[in-house]
Amino acid sequence: MPTFVFYVLSTILVLAALRVITNRNPVHSALWLVLAFFTAAGLWLLLQAEFLAIALVLVYVGAVMVLFLFVVMMLDVNFDSLRAQFRSYIPLGATVGVLVVVEMALVLIGSNPGPVATPVAAPASASNTRSLGLLLYTDYVYPFEIAAVILLVAIIAAIALTHRQRRDTRHQNPSEQVKVRPQDRLRVVSMPAEKRDNQE
Amino acid sequence: MHKKNRKQGDIVSLFTAPTLSHYLVLGAILFAISMAGIFLNRKNVIILLMAIELMLLAVNLNFIAFSRYLDDMAGQVFVFFILTVAAAESAIGLAILVLLFRNVGSIDVEDLDQLKG
Repeated sequence: MPTFVFYVLSTILVLAALRVITNRNPVHSALWLVLAFFTAAGLWLLLQAEFLAIALVLVYVGAVMVLFLFVVMMLDVNFDSLRAQFRSYIPLGATVGVLVVVEMALVLIGSNPGPVATPVAAPASASNTRSLGLLLYTDYVYPFEIAAVILLVAIIAAIALTHRQRRDTRHQNPSEQVKVRPQDRLRVVSMPAEKRDNQE
Repeated sequence: MHKKNRKQGDIVSLFTAPTLSHYLVLGAILFAISMAGIFLNRKNVIILLMAIELMLLAVNLNFIAFSRYLDDMAGQVFVFFILTVAAAESAIGLAILVLLFRNVGSIDVEDLDQLKG
């Protein structure tokens, strides 16, 4: 049964990855990438990495891919011109891809994987999240905090890069509003009374 | 004769429970697809970023497979950090992309020649 699930999921994953790189419309590419991430999360569940599988769905499908879709839809780009020489790149891309697969297959076939045994079946009481958390907050607490700082830097960098001051917006300036004096707003003019002409 | 038996055994084992090699081959295929994607779509920055995300996914798959079959949780901790850094990377990458489109009016890689490199 795990084998069947593995083959179904890996077929979907490879097909989705192929559609990501060959699609005409980047919006569709992003949606195929969402499918790829979902399928990969399923494979990770098969490998009993439950926390990371859910984190992949939440972080990637929920945040990163939404960001991608947002940017793709916001940019008004003529995508056809970007694919103008797509066909002429196919031989090179296919060659490199096949070479990578062949090299990695040679490595995998020619090498003994080492002390790899049948995976130990985790006891039913074991919690993947608990063991990951125990490791993360003891042995890896310093890298964990660096990761937090990296995320903070990313947030600030993204805001600093895309922020711009708009000139055409109307906004209030509270300090000037507070500082205003009566004589700035009201001017008392002394002028003599005038006679009406039309009543005579 | 002996070799043939072993080969048949390999083919039979292909259809039994997934082993570490199954996951490593899948990761290799995924990595190769995304690498070919970088060559195919080398004018479109958005697809390039998506191909990089796919590459990171393949690497993460390898990490998790090793972590499961060597029974070492450190692999999953690494995947955690890779996810963090990848999220930061795509956020900054997309911010740069928006800025680029605002200034140049295009996301074609070949239009990015202001530095005259």
